[in-house]
Amino acid sequence: MRFWKTVKQNVWLLGILIGIAFLGIGAAEGQLAVIWRKATMICMECIGLG
Amino acid sequence: MKKLRLIVQIFFTVLTNGYAYGFTSGKIYQGNLKYACVPGLNCYSCPGAVASCPIGALQALLNRQGFQIPFAALGFFFLFGSLLGRFVCGWLCPFGLVQDLLYKIPMFRKRKQLPFHRILKYGKYAVLFLLVGVGSLFLFGGFAKVPAFCKYLCPSGTLFGAIPLLTANEMLRGQLGGLFSWKLGILLLIVVLSVKVYRPFCQYLCPLGAIYGWFNRFSLVQIHWEKEKCVSCMACEKSCPVALSVREISRSPECIRCGRCVEACPNKCLSFGTLLHSEMKD
Repeated sequence: MRFWKTVKQNVWLLGILIGIAFLGIGAAEGQLAVIWRKATMICMECIGLG
Repeated sequence: MKKLRLIVQIFFTVLTNGYAYGFTSGKIYQGNLKYACVPGLNCYSCPGAVASCPIGALQALLNRQGFQIPFAALGFFFLFGSLLGRFVCGWLCPFGLVQDLLYKIPMFRKRKQLPFHRILKYGKYAVLFLLVGVGSLFLFGGFAKVPAFCKYLCPSGTLFGAIPLLTANEMLRGQLGGLFSWKLGILLLIVVLSVKVYRPFCQYLCPLGAIYGWFNRFSLVQIHWEKEKCVSCMACEKSCPVALSVREISRSPECIRCGRCVEACPNKCLSFGTLLHSEMKD
């Protein structure tokens, strides 16, 4: 019972670790660069022109 | 609490849209901060935006040829979601701030929710699946896939991106067409609705809220309920802008952790805290 309570109270930490891992994998695959490229040009669809 | 939240919302909106030169020049920021995403819905085509929109980032990754898991965008969702859950919506989202301010306008008889709320609240999951997911993976515009949510629905893009950019950039103004009218119509509808109903876009359409809602139960930031102290006066339920019961507060995917319940409780049995110190309600 106590074990499961501890697990539940620390699930957020697992989420953070997964987040960091995903960001690492994404960066290694060049996905952050894809995001940067999209974000640094005016997105015509976003502003309703494209 | 109300004042503090408003200050945090304004501060975060200014901070994440602080590239003042963009507003005067009609150009957008192109620095390295745009490798990262902000937690809230904040169009990266806003002339002031200093970082990327997480939903825009997810769609940009889904728009690539073939299918690859969008790890980077998911990474940001896991990070912000695990830490804050929908606290992001209540305290850090610029479009949430706009809707909060509109709801303060003393016009119309106020409503917390739309009729058929129980069905309509699933709209945001439909938007996430159909427009952000399927739409971005399979909808084609010419030879390229399109970010369907940004293109056809996102009112934040129209308000923070299109209007300031078109105001300052004459060349872009010359390209206005039917799509812009459609998006402006959606923005106006949501603006008018926000004066009467509390945060209609967040409650019914926002795909980012749908994602963070999944993290609410297990995020670090929580609202604690001390059951022993509670006298069931329902003050929290009456004050909750999205009409949640005390048992649903904090763990429901609809809770944006605005803190109104914390403020309203006469016995101080609700408080902001972390999951580490919670008793985990059963």
